[in-house]
Amino acid sequence: MTITLKTRTGLALREVTLTYPDGEQRLTALDRVGLEVAPGEFVAVAGPSGSGKSSLLAVAATLLRPDSGEVLIDGQEVGALSAAARAALRRERLGIVFQQSNLLGSLTALEQLLVLESVRGGKVREARARAEELLASVGLDGAKQGRRPHQLSGGERQRVNIARALFGSPSVLLVDEPTSALDHERGEQIVALLAEVTRTHGTATVMVTHDRDLLGRVDRVLEMHDGRLS
Amino acid sequence: MFVALRDIRFARGRFALMGAVVTLITTLVVFLYGLTGGLASAASSTVAELPADRIVFGAPAGATPEVNFANSTVSPAQAAAFAAAPGVKAAQPLGVSMSRLTADAGAASVSVVGTGSTLLPPMGSGSAPADGQVVVGSDTAKTYHLSVGSQVKVGPSTLTVSGVTAERSLSHAPTVWTTPGTWEKVSGQNQPTALALVLGSGADLKALDDAQGTETVPLGDALSGINGYDAEQGSLQMIQGFLFAVSALVVGAFFTVWTVQRRPDIAVLKAVGASSAYLVRDALAQAAAVLVGGALLGGLVGAVGGVFASASVPFDVGASTVAVPVTVMVLLGLLGAALAVRRITSVDPLAALGANR
Repeated sequence: MTITLKTRTGLALREVTLTYPDGEQRLTALDRVGLEVAPGEFVAVAGPSGSGKSSLLAVAATLLRPDSGEVLIDGQEVGALSAAARAALRRERLGIVFQQSNLLGSLTALEQLLVLESVRGGKVREARARAEELLASVGLDGAKQGRRPHQLSGGERQRVNIARALFGSPSVLLVDEPTSALDHERGEQIVALLAEVTRTHGTATVMVTHDRDLLGRVDRVLEMHDGRLS
Repeated sequence: MFVALRDIRFARGRFALMGAVVTLITTLVVFLYGLTGGLASAASSTVAELPADRIVFGAPAGATPEVNFANSTVSPAQAAAFAAAPGVKAAQPLGVSMSRLTADAGAASVSVVGTGSTLLPPMGSGSAPADGQVVVGSDTAKTYHLSVGSQVKVGPSTLTVSGVTAERSLSHAPTVWTTPGTWEKVSGQNQPTALALVLGSGADLKALDDAQGTETVPLGDALSGINGYDAEQGSLQMIQGFLFAVSALVVGAFFTVWTVQRRPDIAVLKAVGASSAYLVRDALAQAAAVLVGGALLGGLVGAVGGVFASASVPFDVGASTVAVPVTVMVLLGLLGAALAVRRITSVDPLAALGANR
């Protein structure tokens, strides 16, 4: 399935509310959240554990349907899309940088990117040069591209994670606690890399984090408390 | 098959183990399949390969006819009625008994069939038997150094070998062929066991059976009339069925465990946009690669082993001996794998987010 979208306008959440069942009651994870992130903008959402950051990311990633409100990706409202259409949207417009790299153990660094071409039904061989170039651009070149996750350092795995998220030329980049498994120095390097790719790739980047020491390079910092964004 | 092949390469030990299990089960099934065919042939080829359409079974006066060569007997009147019936081209008497063949080079149990020359297997040498003569199979001739003109004792009668035919056997005893008259002397019976019919068109066999007190069955069904045939084949086929079921369960269990282990990877792939259909196709391709590789190797081992085994046991060596078990193994294995990998559809991509992995 292919989604036809308008021009790149980034990410917008409007009056988004999300609740979870909690016994006989419902717990409000997101309370009328509004957020707009333009292409090329790097926004951080900070807040303590349980504040709703992960829920925000899940809704923006089309992995959770909000109870109410709108989620727009490049102007496309995703609430009414089927599961297959949302999967297609994730393939074509979204990049997700996972918390602990979430690389597939059987694939080399290069193959972590090429598998996306296979998922898209494209020609893997023709995508190889682009994947190599992208990995090189995040600081992984040569023999490291042929290494599997367990042969890479934590920082290198996170670089592969970022390159994978960028491989489909997404307009929206969602970043989930990218430094949680790294020391401070490597964490800073990764955030700097994310800031750089946001500029060079023109992505609307949202990073959720609880680490306030790494927010110097972002364009905006939003605070999340009890499901509310401020 | 992008992920499938790389998973196999990465976890080659686990997949090699699974492939080895498939290979061993396939080898076993091929052996069993060849043995089943060989035993079926040893038990029934005399009847199964008769150039006839139907077999007529009778019964002694007052008894109900049943499909059983040991109990059946056909009277001259019944034989004449079938021979004269419209739509019946030929009705040949078929005398079937067990006896002992004694030659200069040794002795063996044989099945003795007394019938007309048109029902004989293809002749290798010599001619169809006349009264007082017998035709032996090629293996029997070789084993006991018999040729046209040799004298053998069959039961109480001394007969002259008039020819050598293709080998046939009945109830695991090689068959020797003679005339109905000589068969009566050898067996001590005065009526043939059954009739072999060659049909044209328009024969009303049910009416004939009703009128004559006989039971007429197709050639294939007549094999049930050979003592022990159904029990022997049924036992072997049941073992084959169990092996196929075990293989499907083993493959299904392996891919169930494998799919559970892969859930985090599947969640990530779904989160980045892989459809369930893509992931199921990939997983089934992985199962197919293991099954086809393992089953083909097992089929090859089974076929080579069968060639050696056929020298000492009844083993049917042929393309179907390998092709059927290999094909069934792959299809049933894929069924087991399909039941296992359907779990992929229930994996929630949301699991890829957060610290759950």
